[in-house]
Amino acid sequence: MDLQHQVEQFLYRQADLLDRKQWQDWIDLFTPDGIYWMPPDATYQTWDGQPAIFAEDRNLMTVRMKRVLHPDAWSQRPLWETSHVVSNVVIEKKHKSGEIEVRSRFHMMELRRDDVRHFAGAYSHRLVKVKNQFGIKLQRVDMTNAQAAYDYVLQVWV
Amino acid sequence: MERDIVSLVEPDRVRREVYTDPALFDLEMRRIHETVWIYCGHETQVPRPGDYYAVQIGRQPMIMVRDKDGRIHVLYNRCPHRGNMMCGDRRGNTGGFFNCSYHGWTFQHDGGLRSIPMMESGYEGTRFGRDNPDCSMKKAPRVERYRGFVFASLAARGPSLLEFLGESKIAFDDMCDRAPEGEVEIVPNCFRVIQHSNWKIFLENQLDALHPSVTHQSTGRAAHEVEQEIARKAKKGTAPLSYHMLSAFATVTVDKWDAFQTLNYPHGHCILTGYMGLRPQDPDTLAYDKIMIKTYGQKRFEEIVGVNIHHVLIYPGLSVQSALQQLRAIRPLGVDRTLTEIWHFRLKGAPEPIYRRSLAYYNLVNSPATLVNADDLENFWKCHQGLASDGGDWVTFGRHLGRDIEKNGVVETGPNMGTSEAPMRNQMKAWVQYMQG
Ligand code: FES
Ligand SMILES: [Fe+2]
Repeated sequence: MDLQHQVEQFLYRQADLLDRKQWQDWIDLFTPDGIYWMPPDATYQTWDGQPAIFAEDRNLMTVRMKRVLHPDAWSQRPLWETSHVVSNVVIEKKHKSGEIEVRSRFHMMELRRDDVRHFAGAYSHRLVKVKNQFGIKLQRVDMTNAQAAYDYVLQVWV
Repeated sequence: MERDIVSLVEPDRVRREVYTDPALFDLEMRRIHETVWIYCGHETQVPRPGDYYAVQIGRQPMIMVRDKDGRIHVLYNRCPHRGNMMCGDRRGNTGGFFNCSYHGWTFQHDGGLRSIPMMESGYEGTRFGRDNPDCSMKKAPRVERYRGFVFASLAARGPSLLEFLGESKIAFDDMCDRAPEGEVEIVPNCFRVIQHSNWKIFLENQLDALHPSVTHQSTGRAAHEVEQEIARKAKKGTAPLSYHMLSAFATVTVDKWDAFQTLNYPHGHCILTGYMGLRPQDPDTLAYDKIMIKTYGQKRFEEIVGVNIHHVLIYPGLSVQSALQQLRAIRPLGVDRTLTEIWHFRLKGAPEPIYRRSLAYYNLVNSPATLVNADDLENFWKCHQGLASDGGDWVTFGRHLGRDIEKNGVVETGPNMGTSEAPMRNQMKAWVQYMQG
């Protein structure tokens, strides 16, 4: 398989694990030092030491996962489903270290009770190959509606 | 209406219409939000001349703007010509003056008319022109600042800001005093989250010490497990303080919340005491302490960091966590919709790790991906749904009723009664007073 195809398959799987609520499998896509980051604004250069909608290492991801799996996570009781579409996958850079930088676009539709919301934007991934598998060092999520007022909140990763 | 207002509220219960009736909501906006002092923002949000921020006071779209002399004005966001909104964005810079996008009337930063295109030929002999105050943008009658925090009142008369704040001004003192330079500056990011519930439901939750261990136990448990796992892996190490802030929701069980205390003041303001372990002895804290002692001296330093406040509620629109330098301002959008604007502040002169500590709380608890408030908002929505039904007529606030201690108009909860519903009773007392006009 060529690299473009491998990367696309990996990004589809990432989104699919979220939609299927396979939280641990999703977290396992990240390298031990991997970060999931959603900045409040596209101008932000780093997740570190700044306001962030999400800025989570694997430990914090685990808190979020355990929270939503807890039987008394009240906000998780109602019907709640998401569906992602990922597209426009472009490999931007291949580093000598083997790390690659990928940009893509996503659209997520969410249903909670009877309310539908849409979130869309750009993913920027820094991926490394570990034992012939991709690992995510950084998943940056620039939501087009990051600055808009949130009607309710985001419960898990987009 | 006056008699109706009194009949809606009893000492230990409140009619559900108080939360659900659109006519009462309109009256609240007029008699409360569009009358009392409402928080507009911090002066560092508008550092340069012409900088502005849009702010909603009650139902009124306003603009907070800085002029060339450093003064801050709060104006109705409306052109006096044909009523066009002046600033269409949430924030920005006007340049040297306001310029209306419809027919080009321009205004000074204090709202005064500056120019009208072809004024002489168009308005000679009419009542319109520079001498007519109705040709200027209308100002909020009163604007005051306390320690950099800007408030406006849309009523020409009333108590001064400090008279209104009373003891609740400690929210700003506690925040600013913790800075070696005695002031804070805004972290330029506002998280905005809409709640599908009446604004009072949010305020009543802020000092509700009975709810955290029930509402937030999932997050408390999850954080506690991961916190222990991190500590185990690190051998002698510990997890960052942010885990402790989250796990406290599980480890501080309901009976322990009774050890806290609430203090309830005139105008509906309330304080919840308690500290959540923010004075650890790690190297970052010790470095900060050293700077503070150098600046303030040992005695004053002990006083400052000894202030024991969890939350200050400044009725009817502001919830402040001073020890964590963050606040939530509410903007009622409708009887069942409330916008919260969530800000964080930096202690001027404090080391970076101290900023990062409260930033962690801002991100984890107060961001739109909150690990905590998701469950509060779920409850608020459910509360509002329940109150909109005919399943009952009253909301009850009876917990520890009759055991409060009243001294000089201040109601303290009794010993080991921190979960008392005194704050809700206090807020409703102020509500009745305001609503009677
Ligand atoms: S409405 Fe503003 S200039 Fe006409
Ligand atoms: Fe809560």
